[in-house]
Amino acid sequence: MALRRENSLLIALLLPAGIFFCAFFLLPLVRLFLIGGEGKLGYAAYAAIVTDRNYFRSLVSTLVLAAGTTVITLIISGIAGVFLQRHSFRGNAVLVSMLTFPLAFPGVVIGFMVIMLAGRQGLIGDITLALTGEKLVFAYSMAGLLMGYVYFSIPRTILTVMAAAEKLDPKLEEAARSLGASPWRVVLDVIIPGLKPAFLAAGAICFATAVGAFGTAFTLATRINVLPMVIYTEFTLQANMAMAAALSFVLGAVTWIVLAIARQFAGGTVAAAG
Amino acid sequence: MQPVSIRLSRCGKTFPDGTRALEPLDLDIGAGETMVFLGPSGCGKTTTLRIIAGLEAPDEGGSVTFDGVDVTPLPIEKRNVGMVFQSYALFPNMSVAENIGYGLRIRKRPATAIRQRVGELLEMMRISPLADRRIDQLSGGQRQRVALARALAAEPRALLLDEPLTALDAKLRDVLRLEIDGLLRRLGITAIYVTHDQAEAMALGDRILVMDHGKVAQIGSPRDIYQRPASRYVAEFIGTMNRLSGQPESGGFRTAGGLLPWAAAPHAAREAWFRPEDTALADAASAPLSGSIDAAFFLGDRTRLFVSIGNDKPLVVETAERREFRIGETVGLQVDASRILAL
Repeated sequence: MALRRENSLLIALLLPAGIFFCAFFLLPLVRLFLIGGEGKLGYAAYAAIVTDRNYFRSLVSTLVLAAGTTVITLIISGIAGVFLQRHSFRGNAVLVSMLTFPLAFPGVVIGFMVIMLAGRQGLIGDITLALTGEKLVFAYSMAGLLMGYVYFSIPRTILTVMAAAEKLDPKLEEAARSLGASPWRVVLDVIIPGLKPAFLAAGAICFATAVGAFGTAFTLATRINVLPMVIYTEFTLQANMAMAAALSFVLGAVTWIVLAIARQFAGGTVAAAG
Repeated sequence: MQPVSIRLSRCGKTFPDGTRALEPLDLDIGAGETMVFLGPSGCGKTTTLRIIAGLEAPDEGGSVTFDGVDVTPLPIEKRNVGMVFQSYALFPNMSVAENIGYGLRIRKRPATAIRQRVGELLEMMRISPLADRRIDQLSGGQRQRVALARALAAEPRALLLDEPLTALDAKLRDVLRLEIDGLLRRLGITAIYVTHDQAEAMALGDRILVMDHGKVAQIGSPRDIYQRPASRYVAEFIGTMNRLSGQPESGGFRTAGGLLPWAAAPHAAREAWFRPEDTALADAASAPLSGSIDAAFFLGDRTRLFVSIGNDKPLVVETAERREFRIGETVGLQVDASRILAL
């Protein structure tokens, strides 16, 4: 009896959170799903992402771009994070805070910086022109976008990696070396396994952010075909609300599935799935 | 596996911040010998071990040789030494068997040879049923057995143990100490054992190197060090020492508690040092020394008494007498004069 009273009290206490969840998460999501089926194609719009070559290609390139960004970011953050944690030198703290500096930049600013570096008037273009007589311009392609994404993903991962690197037991590395492991084997057998939970957690955030990022792609526009850009185009230029909604839903679902798989591997340490 | 002899010559260590962890040290460790480095934390014992292991380089001018071959420039992974750490340092991402076989895997031994050798070691350490366990499923004692097996698997030239028993509880420590002792004797491997526990050092060491603030305080067999300590530091660090201040005079050593019959007292002696086991209770009326009981601890088979004489630290005396002792009671003491040291 008392237990039931307690349960109903708990339900009553959970009610505000439940209402909030329904109003701002469940309802919009259901609505989005329904709108996706209201177009000319009906619910077949959801299949279009696989059957329509353009949509499918943009989905694939979005996922490849996000995966590439994640891998490159983890490699850079892994090396830099472990190094910065292990070595104290003058300016160490300044360097760490500089690495986390781009955290607050909107995508537009990142895109602008990529153009400054690798655009038609960019630094890399000027240097290559002087050296080889040809201007290297890649800001407006996938390469430029990848560079921008890596740039803003590093701050999101490096602190996580550094925190995990601090917890690595130096005795484990010494033990491995005493057994004959070369420095490279130590990285492979001790450091990477030790950092694995951090890599999975930081990688998940990195991947999800890269899938959904829009500002940078929008700034670099011209030759880029990533899903957030396609959704924007469908929505504003074609006024195809249904298709935009269907694509959005699929984008969310695919990302969620990828992160769920990652979580399986991590054994529940990926907090950011979905 | 031939045991290796190890020689350190002029091995000092100064850290980048200028602290001198180790004064230049010369040391010979014989093939198959178990050498214990003993001292309080910060005395340089671990630094010395790490120099031998190849985890630290000695200061300019120092060298480490194994069987006469200079290994100073070789990093640890090229020295083929087995290490056992206080924190076990087992790889958490590998099973027990994988941990033990790691060194052999690194050496690219064939899988069947690895399996066989791992099986031998599991048996030797009596942990065969644990082969497929994860490390976090093991108790501390089991972990240290795995660590020993792992260190021995690739037949190292020397076994280096850095406070291997410190993290274990007292009972387990005794069991494992006996096991390690048996293992080292059986294998005949050159072993260096670092500890701050003098009982461990006495039980395991063929020789003990007592260290103090980066310097050698004394080196010798456990018996030497206990019975003939070279300094007050060693005397106080190893076992219990009684100290009584006084003045030599004809016929003995005059103390606040009476005339200690110590004919051989050096002229300059101001303190007499002797072990509790060379001190005995005697009839208060006729004993050369007398003092009052400060504290008494009944230990079952014997009673440990703290007897205070003058302003000195109370002397420790143990007796098998079956009576009760009262605090403040006056008792007589006698000391075996042949065992008294001046220091």
